[in-house]
Amino acid sequence: MNAFKNAGHLFRLAGVFLAGLMLFLTLRGFLVPKSFGQYGHYRGNSLSEVAARTVNFAGHQSCEACHSDVSDKKAKGKHALVNCEACHGPLAKHADDPSLQPAKLDTAMLCPRCHEANPAKPRTFPQVASAEHSTGLPCDTCHQPHSPVIGARAAK
Amino acid sequence: MNITRRHLLLLLPAAGVAWKHVMAGTPEAAPNYKITEHWWGMLIDLPKCIGCGNCVRACQEENDVPDGYFRTWVERYHVSDYDIENPQVDSPGGGKNGFVASKNKEGKNFFVPKLCNQCADSPCTQVCPVGATFISPDGVVLVDKEYCLGCRYCVQACPYGCRFINPKTDTAEKCTLCYHRITKGLTTACCENCPTGARQLVDLKNPADPIHEFLKTHSVQVLKPSMATHAKVFYNELDGSVR
Amino acid sequence: MPGIDGFMYPNEVELQWSVLIVLYPFLTGLVAGAFILASLERVFQVQAVKPTYRLALLTALSFLLVAPLPLQLHLGHPERSYEMYLTPHRTSAMAMFGFVYLWYLMAVLVLEIWLDYRREIVLLSQSSTGWRRLIYRVMTLGSSNIGERALEIDERTGWLITVVGIPSAFLLHGYVGFIFGSVKANPWWSTPLMPVVFLFSAMVSGIALVMVLYMLMTWARRKTIDMNCVDTVARYLFYTFLIDFSLEMLDLIHRIYEADDSFRSLDFMVHTKLYFSHIVVQIALGTIVPIGLLALTQVLNMSEVVRKRIYATSGCLTLVGIFAMRWNVVIGGQLFSKSFLGYTTYKMGLVTREGLLMAVLLTVLPFVILWVLVKLLPPWPERSSDSLPDATPAQ
Repeated sequence: MNAFKNAGHLFRLAGVFLAGLMLFLTLRGFLVPKSFGQYGHYRGNSLSEVAARTVNFAGHQSCEACHSDVSDKKAKGKHALVNCEACHGPLAKHADDPSLQPAKLDTAMLCPRCHEANPAKPRTFPQVASAEHSTGLPCDTCHQPHSPVIGARAAK
Repeated sequence: MNITRRHLLLLLPAAGVAWKHVMAGTPEAAPNYKITEHWWGMLIDLPKCIGCGNCVRACQEENDVPDGYFRTWVERYHVSDYDIENPQVDSPGGGKNGFVASKNKEGKNFFVPKLCNQCADSPCTQVCPVGATFISPDGVVLVDKEYCLGCRYCVQACPYGCRFINPKTDTAEKCTLCYHRITKGLTTACCENCPTGARQLVDLKNPADPIHEFLKTHSVQVLKPSMATHAKVFYNELDGSVR
Repeated sequence: MPGIDGFMYPNEVELQWSVLIVLYPFLTGLVAGAFILASLERVFQVQAVKPTYRLALLTALSFLLVAPLPLQLHLGHPERSYEMYLTPHRTSAMAMFGFVYLWYLMAVLVLEIWLDYRREIVLLSQSSTGWRRLIYRVMTLGSSNIGERALEIDERTGWLITVVGIPSAFLLHGYVGFIFGSVKANPWWSTPLMPVVFLFSAMVSGIALVMVLYMLMTWARRKTIDMNCVDTVARYLFYTFLIDFSLEMLDLIHRIYEADDSFRSLDFMVHTKLYFSHIVVQIALGTIVPIGLLALTQVLNMSEVVRKRIYATSGCLTLVGIFAMRWNVVIGGQLFSKSFLGYTTYKMGLVTREGLLMAVLLTVLPFVILWVLVKLLPPWPERSSDSLPDATPAQ
C-alpha cells in the first residue's frame, strides 16, 4: 500500500493518458468517413465522385447517331479514323441540345496543326509546308475535310 | 419541329442509355459497368504520333486542367546519330499548341506523349499518408480531392513527373484515365481526339479488346522499367533515348 | 523558359517542398540531438555534462512544440491534417509521423521533464501566487507527494524513460531521413544511408545548440561557465561530427565511384546550382572548419578563453552547416529533372506563407518558448529567487 501511495502521481498520470486515449477513440468513431475501407485504404465514395464529372466530349458514337451522312462519307476517306470532335471540339452540349450550334471552323488554323511539315513527324504522314502549298488560301478551298483527298469518290 | 435528344433516345436505346448517364452526370457508372470486370491501361503507338497536341488540348478541356499544369503532355526528341544517351528534348507548353518545325532535319526525331502510367505498384499510392490516392479495383490510380491534404509527397514519389498540385483546390491531381468517361462506355478524351490512333485505351481484362491483342504481337515497353512500378501504359517502338 | 536550363517534365518546373520543409528536419534534428546529450548524463552517467541536462530537455521541448508548424503551414489543407491520426496509411513513412511525434512528445519528453522537475513544481505550486500558482498546481496533477520514496520512484522511472527515449529520439529523426531515403524516384534522396546521415547530423546540431545556449545563458546570468562541462560537450560534438562527416563522405565517394545514370546530372548540379550551399557553406564552413577547430582543442593545450571562443565559433558554424545540409537535400533534390536533362530554380517567396520571413519567425519562435519555459521551470536554481532548497547539484 505504501508503494501505491508513493507512486500515486504516476497513477494519476496514467489516468490522464487513458482519458486521452478514450477521447481519441471516441472522436475517431465519429470522424472517419463511413465509406472508408470499402475497397481499400480510401473512401469508397470517391470512386463515384470522380465518375460524376461532367462529360465535355460526346464521343463519335453520339455524333454518328444524327450525322450518319457525314460519318458514312468520312468512313470511306483518309480521315476515317479522325473522330469528329478532334476537329470540331467538345460538343457534348450540342449533342444534348442540338439547337446549340457549334462554332464554324477555320481550316487555315486547324489543318496545319496536323499537316504542317515537321521533321519529327513520321515520314509517311501526309505533311506540307503550307506557305508553299496553299499560298495563304484556306485549306477547304480545294480539300473537303470529311474526305480530304482531292478527286476521291463522292467528294462533294 | 426541333429534333431533340429525347426523340433520338427512343430510336437508339443503347446509345440512349449510355448517353442519359453521360449527360445527367449521374454519380454511378452506367448500370452495366461492373468494376471488377475491367483492368484499364493505355497503348501509345509511337510511330503514329504526329505531335499535333490535340490530346493535351482535349484533356485540358475535358478535365478543366489549370494552365501551366499537365495531366498529359507531348515531348519531342532529337537524337543525333547513335548517341541515345544524350537526346535533346523539348516540350513547349507541354506540346499543347503543337511544335514549331525545327530547321534540323538530321538524326532521329520523334514525339512521345506522356501521362500517368496507372502503375499497378505505384509508389505514389504507397507514400500517401492518409489514403487520399489509391488504385481503383478496375486499375485506375485516382485522387480523392475531398480527403487529400496537399502534402505533396505523392508528387515527389512519382518517377514520371505526372502529378501536380491544382492551385484551385490545393490538392494533388493527375490523369484519371477519364474515369468518368470509361465507366460509361466512352473512351478517354485524349484517345477520342487523337487523329492518328496513336493513343488507345485498353482493357487488359477483356480478351476481345483489339489493343489487348496488339500488345501480344508487338514490341512494347513501359517507361523506367527499373522503377518496377508495374506501369500499365505501354509504348510501341519506344526508343532507348526516351526519358 | 526563364529559370529553366535544359529539359524538365512540365510538372516538375515548380518546386513542391519549400524552405519550410528544410526547416522541419532541422528543428526535429535539434530535438533529437539535444535529447541525446541529456541522455548522456542520465543513462551513461557522464557527470561532467550535468549542468546542461535540464537546459537540453527544455530546448528539446521548445523545438518539438514548434516542429509541426512548418508542416501545417506547408499543407494545402492543414485543416485535414487530423486525418493522419484517423486513417494513417501504414505503407507511408509520413503517416507514422503523427504517432512517433505524439509518442516522443508525451511519453518521453514531457514525462521526463515532469519527473525531473516534479519536486520543484510541487514546491512552486505552494509558494507562488496568481496565475503562476494555477499553472503549477495543474502540473502537479493534484499530487503533492515529494517524499524521499516518491522521488526515488521518479528517478527510476525517469531513467527508464530516458532508456526508451534514446531509440525514440533516433526514430523521431531517423524516420525523417527515411521519408527522403525511401523515395526511389529521386536518386539524390534514395539511399539507405539517408536516415543514418540525418540522425548523426541531428546529433551534431543538437549538441552544438545546447553547448552554445549553455555558454550564452551562463554569460547572460553573469555566472562562470563550467569548463569541465563544455570541454566534455565539445568532445562529444567532435566525435559525433567525425562520424557524421565520414558518413557523408561515404555517400559522396560511393556516388562518384559508381557513377550511375543520375550521376552526371547530379554532379553538374552540385558544381553549379548547389556550389555555394553545398561546397562552401555545408562542407567547408559548416563541417571542415568546425571539425578542424575542435580538433585543435583536442590536440593542443589551449587557454580557457581561446577554448571558449573556439567552442562558440564552431558551435555556430555547425548549426549553419547542418541547416545547409538540410537545404541541400530538400531543395537540391528538386532542382534537377527526373529526366536527368535539366534544372530549375527555387524561387523563395519573402512574405508568403512559405517564404523566408515565415522561416525566420519559425526559427525564432522556439527561443521565445524556451525563454518562457526557463522562467517557468528554471534549469539552474538562482540564489536570489524563491528559496528552493538545492536538490540538483548544478553549477
